[in-house]
Amino acid sequence: MPILATLTARERVSEQPLFPPLAKPATACAMMLEVTNLSCARGAAQVLAGVSFTVGAGEALILRGPNGAGKTTLLRTLAGLTPPLSGAITLGDGAIAYAGHADGLKSQLTARENLAFWAGIFGMSDLEAAITAFDLTPLVDRRAGDLSAGQKRRLSLARLLVTGRPIWCLDEPTVSLDTENTARFAAAVAAHLETGGAAIIATHIDLGLPQAHTFDIAPFMAKGAAPDDPFAGADPFAEPIA
Amino acid sequence: MIGLFLRDLALAIRAGGGFGLSLAFFLVFTALVPLGIGPDTGRLSDIAAGILWLGALLACLLSLDRIFQLDWEDGTLDLLATSPLPLEGLAATKALAHWVTTGLPLVALAPVLGLVLNLPGAAFPWLVGSLLVGTPALSAIGTFGAALTVGIKRGGLLLSLLVLPLYVPTLILGALSATRGAQGLDAATPLMLTAGITLGSIALLPFAAAAALRVNLR
Repeated sequence: MPILATLTARERVSEQPLFPPLAKPATACAMMLEVTNLSCARGAAQVLAGVSFTVGAGEALILRGPNGAGKTTLLRTLAGLTPPLSGAITLGDGAIAYAGHADGLKSQLTARENLAFWAGIFGMSDLEAAITAFDLTPLVDRRAGDLSAGQKRRLSLARLLVTGRPIWCLDEPTVSLDTENTARFAAAVAAHLETGGAAIIATHIDLGLPQAHTFDIAPFMAKGAAPDDPFAGADPFAEPIA
Repeated sequence: MIGLFLRDLALAIRAGGGFGLSLAFFLVFTALVPLGIGPDTGRLSDIAAGILWLGALLACLLSLDRIFQLDWEDGTLDLLATSPLPLEGLAATKALAHWVTTGLPLVALAPVLGLVLNLPGAAFPWLVGSLLVGTPALSAIGTFGAALTVGIKRGGLLLSLLVLPLYVPTLILGALSATRGAQGLDAATPLMLTAGITLGSIALLPFAAAAALRVNLR
């Protein structure tokens, strides 16, 4: 159910969902995520301005843009890790499953223990679908620390399936995956979209998803200090951001 | 939260978890004290309670930077922050896990080391009691400090500078309780004040730690 949400410091402390709802009637369309005129900052520097897009159920949005354009910042803002400078993000409560550059695995735990931990955090119990989707069956009892980089990535992506969340926000998910496993990942995303989910993926690889739209963020790049940053210019040792 | 707590316990006990680090430090620190100040048993038994409290505090301090730093480095903290678990609950769970893996073993080891330092017999219950009541405050305050410094490369120095002043009231009152117990005086008042600090820390600091984490995860 799409709900209008804005962020304030007070609400973020008191509400568990990162985007607490304000009153807005649910619309009938299958829109899952709407971003309106969003500006994002990384640290004191504003990196994106005026970003607007919508993602509906069963759709994937492929984020494109040169290095440093702000793809990661946009995804972190959508996931609620970074508050937006301005603009509105409209989405349901607890809708986003985020996967960043880091795998988020504990090397001392086995692959199954890692997955079971995340399933427990998200209140799910079925691990088998995630294990088979990424062909992890031969690896489940090995310590995550003993896995190769690509195997860790597969385990990290399998975590998305045990979150049970509808919108996947993925930052370069295919790093260190071989061709076969990239296809396996694309199939997992396609299956997720089939069941009414959505995905926002920052990647430069063509995943071959028929439901995917490409969104180039390069036109929205904005470099410079955030306009309402009280500490802008206060640091005499700060170096200008190139 | 239970899942996170059990995972933290498992990580602490498995290889590379650093479970023994604080205990080993406490043991070495206490064993070195008689070498430093001489083998006079009278003098040792006068200062034993204070030394044991100081050793437990420093041992606790040693383990603080592991609370959030490892989760931050491997990306787990970002993922936990986007999970249904509230950051306040995360901070409280982390503090509890830290106490169970660090504070509680220190409390259990303290009476043994009390023997090494010739701690008077009457002081043992007060020492164990004051440590039992005071170490949760050390974990809660330390979790707050760790949340403030998460993401800072080699932030251990900053963490120590931030946390040590906050540890002072707990150290004074906890050690006073054990020392007065050793002298056969009434030690209930400092013990109750220590309990007050602990309860206040547990009630308030998870919220402060969550706010600090939010800022640091941006």
